[in-house]
Amino acid sequence: MTSTAPRTVIQPDGAAKPRDVGLSDKELIHAYRTMLRVRAFDETCLKLQRSGRIGFSIPNRGVEATQVGAAAALKKTDWLFPSYRDFGMALYHGISAEAMMHNMYGDALDSAKGRQMPVHFSFTDPIRFFSISSPIGTHIVQAVGAAYAMQYRKEKHVVLASFGDGGTSSLGFHSGLNFAGVWKAPVIFLCQNNQWAISCPSEKQTASDGYAVKAEAYGMPGVLVDGNDLLAVHQAVSEAAERARKGGGPTLIEARTFRMGGHSTSDDPTKYVPKAMVAEWEKKDPVARFEKFLKKRKLWTEKQREQWYAEAMAEVDAASKAAQATPRPALETIFSDVYATLPAHLRRQGQQAFDIAKRHGEAEAGDGAFPL
Amino acid sequence: MATLTLIQAVNDALRTAMKNDPNVLVFGEDVGPKGGVFLATEGLTKEFGEKRCFDTPLSEDGIVGAAIGMAVNGLKPVAEIQFQDFIFPAFDQIVSEAAKLRYRSGGQYTCPMVIRTPYGGGIRGGLYHSQSGEAYFCHTPGLKVVVPSTPHDAKGLLLASIQDPDPVLFLEPKALYRSVKGEVPEGNYTVDLSTLRTVREGKDVTVICYGAMVPVCERAAARAAERGIECHIVDLRTLYPLDEDGVLEAAKRTGRVVVVHEAPRFCGYGGEISALIAENIIEYIEAPIARVTGFDTPFPNTLEHHYMPDERRVLDAIEHVAAY
Ligand SMILES: Cc1ncc(C[n+]2csc(CCOP(=O)(O)OP(=O)(O)O)c2C)c(N)n1
Ligand SMILES: [Mg+2]
Repeated sequence: MTSTAPRTVIQPDGAAKPRDVGLSDKELIHAYRTMLRVRAFDETCLKLQRSGRIGFSIPNRGVEATQVGAAAALKKTDWLFPSYRDFGMALYHGISAEAMMHNMYGDALDSAKGRQMPVHFSFTDPIRFFSISSPIGTHIVQAVGAAYAMQYRKEKHVVLASFGDGGTSSLGFHSGLNFAGVWKAPVIFLCQNNQWAISCPSEKQTASDGYAVKAEAYGMPGVLVDGNDLLAVHQAVSEAAERARKGGGPTLIEARTFRMGGHSTSDDPTKYVPKAMVAEWEKKDPVARFEKFLKKRKLWTEKQREQWYAEAMAEVDAASKAAQATPRPALETIFSDVYATLPAHLRRQGQQAFDIAKRHGEAEAGDGAFPL
Repeated sequence: MATLTLIQAVNDALRTAMKNDPNVLVFGEDVGPKGGVFLATEGLTKEFGEKRCFDTPLSEDGIVGAAIGMAVNGLKPVAEIQFQDFIFPAFDQIVSEAAKLRYRSGGQYTCPMVIRTPYGGGIRGGLYHSQSGEAYFCHTPGLKVVVPSTPHDAKGLLLASIQDPDPVLFLEPKALYRSVKGEVPEGNYTVDLSTLRTVREGKDVTVICYGAMVPVCERAAARAAERGIECHIVDLRTLYPLDEDGVLEAAKRTGRVVVVHEAPRFCGYGGEISALIAENIIEYIEAPIARVTGFDTPFPNTLEHHYMPDERRVLDAIEHVAAY
């Protein structure tokens, strides 16, 4: 699609160029194990959806390196304005598979109290992983506001806004980049170009030569990077973060990758994705690519992989069992958090909902008397 | 006549309109080769080509704005917004532009166009794949707002909307897409955009509803009948402009009224119906008008079945006004 080649760090033989990749051995292994955990979480969710235990999931296969590489460039004091496909960003920064699984089940321990669809995570700890909204692109300009607050308080933190190729057509993208350019806000725009917006291919999304070039019009650097190369993504985001921390303003990074699965569990990609394209990208698997690099550094063996993957699966399995054993959210959660304090009309409506449920024998343990 | 689901009837209407008029174009997100996320546009690109049924970039503002431009210049756009929840980037184009163009240009420019979009809950879609936003749009003079509840009406109302000289927002109850089936005539026919439909005749309680709530009210009425209460149900079909005479006539029949919608109650469509009745025929009304609606909260996910009005809540209201 583009004439410019994306930046890479991991060479075909597995060697890194430059040799200093900016991550310690410990961080490299954590990044690798995070990708395995994303795979385990992803595969488990697809199975849970097929067996009807959860309603919906978003396949992550193929895009793990972009998410994990970007996350590895951030500190816990930075903020993430993520998209629904960013399992790896959460897991890398210590959000547990169990916390995420409670969201997939929408149960009583879900941090969003079962109000949102699966994959619409919201966390504050151990990193600010901002509440995900379904409308595409709305968060991109919000990220700029959060970055402005950091700038205002003279903090050296940055905000990373993550979105897809489709997201670049939204109003939020254009306002977001424009505002950030004018304000020199400490924000990194990460466009995960996985080539598809559901069934819409990139050539129908934009007439420009990829997405990184759009940066120029907003007065900021644009970087095109190989999204299946964890180290290249890490390098690009690190550079952008460093520039932002020093007051150098925003960067737009396009990570070119490929969505190996459907858009979601409701989608059948075989209807519109050319088979040859899938076969071509299968060869560029980001996990296999990182393994080649680790092997060359003597940090990886097949046997280690098996052990780590088994551990990842066990973790996700335990998370799923825990979520399955958790009751649904209490009825009051329909009415709480609409406002800081419950208004009178919602107290009345809540009581009514509770009375109906009780009358029909549907109140569950934990509901008690309507408590709000 | 073929027996079709509601979504098949929508597809049939689009195909019929495209066959009859080369100026009819269908576009939106994923409506092309994929055929739409609910398959409303399945097969249309193949049959009519990419110039007539196509995917756009991911921008609702773009979709509606472009549709207005096409409409002012002789085309008949039928734009799809993937979920009604995602229509808000286009709110400006709809409310400030499409709805006001005829008026502000002294009738020189008009934009006959249709925006189709699935609305409502029942698919575990949480906050942003479940909303019923009709009230926002019914507050917009210049716009027509249409909601079918049967396959027959879906096709006839959509064809009428496409042939209408003004912009129409066509809200499709996604919960009914595949759950209702019915006979649908072949070829072109229209269902009038200014009259409601009587679903069931009865002498005791009038139930006023539309869209996805129609089958819910029918089930509630069947249960009420077992308890000796005969309901008179009307399906409004076109919410704006409303068949006011039809509503008053239906309310007068029984003097006891229940209004049902899925959207939140406050400033909801039911308030308008209650006011219409209270202002005009209060002397015929024998019980307080009851509204059964979604709660005044965002739409939840796991607990959506507690949020959405169901037949028990409608039945409670019917019994309450019947006994008053
Ligand atoms: C404003 C808006 N319009 C439409 C949708 C429906 N929708 C959900 S995801 C999606 C495609 C997004 O593609 P992209 O931005 O490339 O992200 P990806 O899913 O590929 O990661 C669409 C159209 C939406 N969520 N929000
Ligand atoms: Mg994409």
